[in-house]
Amino acid sequence: MTSFMPPAQRIWWKVPVGRQEIVWILIALVWCLIMFFMMPYWHVYGKQNISNEAYQTTPAKYQAKVQAMIDKYKVREETAQKIPVVAPPAGSDVYLLARLWQWYPMLELEKDKSYRLHISSMDWNHGFSLQPVNINMQIVPGYEMVVTVTPDKSGEYTIVCNEYCGIMHHTMLGKIWVK
Amino acid sequence: MSQFRQCPDTGLFFHKPAESLMKANAVAGAVCLLIGGILGLLVILTRWPAVHLLPADAFYMVLTAHGITCLIFWIIFFEMAILYFAGSTLLRSRLATPRWAWAGFVLMIVGVISTLTAIFQGGSSVMMTSYVPMPAAPHFYLGLILFAVGALIGCFVFLGTLVVAKNEKTYEGSIPLVTFGALTACIIAIFTIASGAEILIPTFLWSVGYISHIDAAMYRVIWWALGHSSQQINVSAHVAVWYLIAGVLFGARPMSEKVSRAAYLLYILFLQLASAHHLLTDPGISSDWKIFNTSYAMYLAVLASMIHGLTVPGAIEVAQRNKGLTNGMFEWLRKAPWGNPVFSGMFISLIGFGFLGGISGVVMGTEQISIIIHNTIYVPGHFHATVVVGTTLAWMALTYLLIPVLFRRKMILPGLAKWQPYLFGGGMSIVAIFHMAAGTLGVARRHWDMGFAGNPLGFEYPGTAYLLMGIAGVGGVIAVIGGAAYLLITVGSLLFGEKLDASAGILQSFGVPLADSVYSTEKPERLPMAPAEAVEGHGDSGFEAPGTFVLAMVLLVSFVVYYFINWKYLSEVWPLS
Repeated sequence: MTSFMPPAQRIWWKVPVGRQEIVWILIALVWCLIMFFMMPYWHVYGKQNISNEAYQTTPAKYQAKVQAMIDKYKVREETAQKIPVVAPPAGSDVYLLARLWQWYPMLELEKDKSYRLHISSMDWNHGFSLQPVNINMQIVPGYEMVVTVTPDKSGEYTIVCNEYCGIMHHTMLGKIWVK
Repeated sequence: MSQFRQCPDTGLFFHKPAESLMKANAVAGAVCLLIGGILGLLVILTRWPAVHLLPADAFYMVLTAHGITCLIFWIIFFEMAILYFAGSTLLRSRLATPRWAWAGFVLMIVGVISTLTAIFQGGSSVMMTSYVPMPAAPHFYLGLILFAVGALIGCFVFLGTLVVAKNEKTYEGSIPLVTFGALTACIIAIFTIASGAEILIPTFLWSVGYISHIDAAMYRVIWWALGHSSQQINVSAHVAVWYLIAGVLFGARPMSEKVSRAAYLLYILFLQLASAHHLLTDPGISSDWKIFNTSYAMYLAVLASMIHGLTVPGAIEVAQRNKGLTNGMFEWLRKAPWGNPVFSGMFISLIGFGFLGGISGVVMGTEQISIIIHNTIYVPGHFHATVVVGTTLAWMALTYLLIPVLFRRKMILPGLAKWQPYLFGGGMSIVAIFHMAAGTLGVARRHWDMGFAGNPLGFEYPGTAYLLMGIAGVGGVIAVIGGAAYLLITVGSLLFGEKLDASAGILQSFGVPLADSVYSTEKPERLPMAPAEAVEGHGDSGFEAPGTFVLAMVLLVSFVVYYFINWKYLSEVWPLS
């Protein structure tokens, strides 16, 4: 009857609030604050945070860095397309590029060692989705993001593209081996 | 000449031009829902691994069209109807500048045709988000711009109507809570549409060659101020619809006008910050910015939704208890009219939005947890709980209320209507839950082939993921049946339902006014304030709605448990810094 009529009291903002609502608002507010402080807490004590390090770049500049790394650390090639596999030393800068419809090159990393992983796109938006560990990041053209990764389990990992990037989007895969 | 008619059943006053506009917008919305629903069926049948219906190019085209048609066209057309209802009908006011409102409506229709044409010509399969530099045809963007301008005109007509009502003193005291909620939606809509203009107009100019470059990261930041905020319009509007239905069916009064309106004010102040949810794993945006914005400045908008989550069912409980349903915690709820689709639709919308959509939305919108959820099919799972189980089902419930009142037709197939909210809400909840589950296993969204058939690199998601996607497919088919039932009932009622007014012909169902003689009121009597409560004030007698409080605590406990489960999942992935 009254949710669609003007409030019964002209000065409705002076009507006292019931105890039940006050209790619930306080509980909810405390929960909201806990959720808020979990994020800075995790930056200090948690181990999974996306860094704030990123640079503007161009496809040509970025591709040159990728190529330099491949020239230095290539160990073999995979598939009929001869995609290079790179085994960069622990602690080094590793460059991965995304383009229609490929992750390039493939990487061989050592378990429990950290790497500065750079990722950028040569063309459109792509989605870095590392499976089965399930790490997902947005890859935006014109930006080179840098994340320090520390693979803590060995095995074969696949990079799926999970940002729609055109008609062959679903064929875009990459590989990382952790030894 | 008299311009108003009074509904003999409800006493509501309809202004002739406003009534026609409401009908036209609601019908246009239903047509969009029909198109969008068929497209949705094609999408879910393709993502159901065992069926895998469409080829890749058709799938991406259909998915683009499904998102835009349902999320933008259907919902916003219906929202226009709600704005006119909340402004003109509820305030007993004439609608300001009906001709402008019609111009807006025509622009919206032209926009729909333009964008859908672009998509189905095949060159604009860019998804709803149309991230640059992936190009779409110019008339894809142009259509969206025209639609947005039309909606913006509708917003200003609503604001103008509030001014008219105030000046002509059509109501006593303050505007009703439902109108206040619609006003919140309108304010958020204006922010949203301004953001849309800011990014889509340059993108249109880029697509025709006048601008050489648009920064891809900036596009995402501004586009999401359109993309996410437009969903916040829905939140504000469907909460208003919940309050309306609680008021109409139960005579429920807000537990506290102050609390409910303050919660809406929190929406206005903070809800738009949520566009950050989409950018949590983006490069070039700092953690400070992400944390402040993704949390709506310390979750104050979440607080607002949690408040509505208590006060809407709480208002119903108080009204039911006043009618004598006082046994135990839940007699008020058990003896609610579960066979009335207006109630069941509204209540499933409330529960689905809160438990499925709300909790998952906050969890995935946590800065670091986004790492294990971003762009997986968890995301569509979440928003099918919010905008389909939440918003769409609320619109459906409201439609059942409006068929006799606005369209003056008796609803056909009442037996089917009883089941419709359960079919639609249940099926869509299955879609939401199982997509979310598949997302936690890493399954990608917007992806044609989760099996990567024939790929030399080869990859398989866990077998469970296929099962989950299959169950989601079954849920989707159930939901589509529920959606088809809704369209059958509503369109059938408009065409063949028993006429409650002699002049309510077929054309009248689509916007033509009823016979002149029906509009016999020159100026409705001023809308009085709600009658004062029997017992004044609250607070001294403990909890008025204990059952609702228990439900709210169940929500909170689920929320806390699920939230920390996801932190646990996150802690198991590779260390990143």
